[in-house]
Amino acid sequence: MTRCLVGVRGILNLHPAYTSVLVDFDPRRLTHSMVEALVREQWAAHRDEAAPQPRVIEVPVRYGGEFGPDLPDVARHTGLSVERVIELHSGADYLVYFVGFSTFFPYLGGLPPELATPRLSAPRKHVPLGSVAIGGAQAGIYPLASPGGWRLIGRTPLPLFDLNNEPPPLLRMGDHVRFVPIGEASV
Amino acid sequence: MSGLRVISPGFLTTVQDLGRFGWAHFGVSASGAADALALRAGNLLVGNAENAAALEMTLLGGAFEFDADTVIALTGSDFGAGLPTWSAVDIKAGQTVRCGATQSGARCYLAVRGGIAAPQSMGSASVHVMTGVGGRALRKGDALEIGNEAVRLPRRPAPGAPEFVRSGLRNGMLRVTAGPQAAWFQDELYTGAWVVSEESNRMGIRLRGPAIPSPSGHMITEGVPLGAIQVPPDGQPIVLFVEHQTTGGYPKPANVISADFWRLGQLRPRDDVQFEQVTMEDAIELLRDQEQWLYSLV
Repeated sequence: MTRCLVGVRGILNLHPAYTSVLVDFDPRRLTHSMVEALVREQWAAHRDEAAPQPRVIEVPVRYGGEFGPDLPDVARHTGLSVERVIELHSGADYLVYFVGFSTFFPYLGGLPPELATPRLSAPRKHVPLGSVAIGGAQAGIYPLASPGGWRLIGRTPLPLFDLNNEPPPLLRMGDHVRFVPIGEASV
Repeated sequence: MSGLRVISPGFLTTVQDLGRFGWAHFGVSASGAADALALRAGNLLVGNAENAAALEMTLLGGAFEFDADTVIALTGSDFGAGLPTWSAVDIKAGQTVRCGATQSGARCYLAVRGGIAAPQSMGSASVHVMTGVGGRALRKGDALEIGNEAVRLPRRPAPGAPEFVRSGLRNGMLRVTAGPQAAWFQDELYTGAWVVSEESNRMGIRLRGPAIPSPSGHMITEGVPLGAIQVPPDGQPIVLFVEHQTTGGYPKPANVISADFWRLGQLRPRDDVQFEQVTMEDAIELLRDQEQWLYSLV
């Protein structure tokens, strides 16, 4: 639906999420009923279309140590060894459900349920860019330094966006992601 | 090419246009002028297209030296520059425009005939302060080029903010329409008196007041627009502002109407705020009236 509505005159922004797409439109150009008709029309025309062939993107990760200060906490919470946490995290196939909340932030589905760990009770003021994180049952990567409450288990040196690219973010809705451990995990 | 030099930047001065639209599905909110009405009016007064880039000053204005004759307009709140506001003003080469502390709301705009020729990122020159997309806040000594994108002659109406802006700056009653989770709430949002917190910024305007009971029910993260009022578990509402997150998981009892977006940009810490619900039809009518006024400047 997002792909179908991008670029329509009068539609300012599309905000896809897990089960919804928010359509932000210019009320000077379109009315609610015009937008509703447009959405229904696009849905009818494209609902049976196959999604484009997904891209698979490998994201190298240095787990633990200064790069993943919460790795020991995740191991403790899940009752797994640090090695097993890394093995499970890097063994899974993730799907970018959507990119949202903050600039270029990919919401990844596919975290092995054993790794689910609650967010920090008080968010960090500064999460370094490239941090690979777990927030509840969700996985994600911080593409920019920002505040954040997810558990940091590693960091990737891979740049997650390039403002000169069209579009800038590396990870986009529908992409598949695999994490590849690099270097020695330091605990 | 002519330009201006930053003698002093003020508290927080950035280059803003109307924002970068069409990127929310990559997590990028529009950013853009906090008081888009003032930015658009300033641009129309100097003869620019309404979305030309201009300077947005916050609470305490800066001083800017111009190296060539030009025409400017100061709109939004009066920052005590000693020049007519809300009208085109001639500036001589070598002249410095010195703004001071605000005498009304939070933001003042300095539009320059031809526009500020700042580099664009994703189709907009707007600085997204929190991420640095589009650049950074101005510093002492920065030099900005002035473009030559003017499209018509400057306009010189009688100086001063129009009456509806003056009353909007005095009055903290913000108009809203029902939000997607309105049914989860009683009328606490409308009966409460709210104060703008010092922690407010371009991402969100945080309000303090009587805690609104955190409604039961499980939210699935969904898209959130400019002006959405979300209520986190602590019961203190946050109005999502121009650099807002693109998705959120807190319930939203209401959304500020488009015709009042500009007033969000003029709220200062410790200002009093109340909410009044209007219908969608009223909201659209109010926006239409405001647009009609704006285009009377052309």
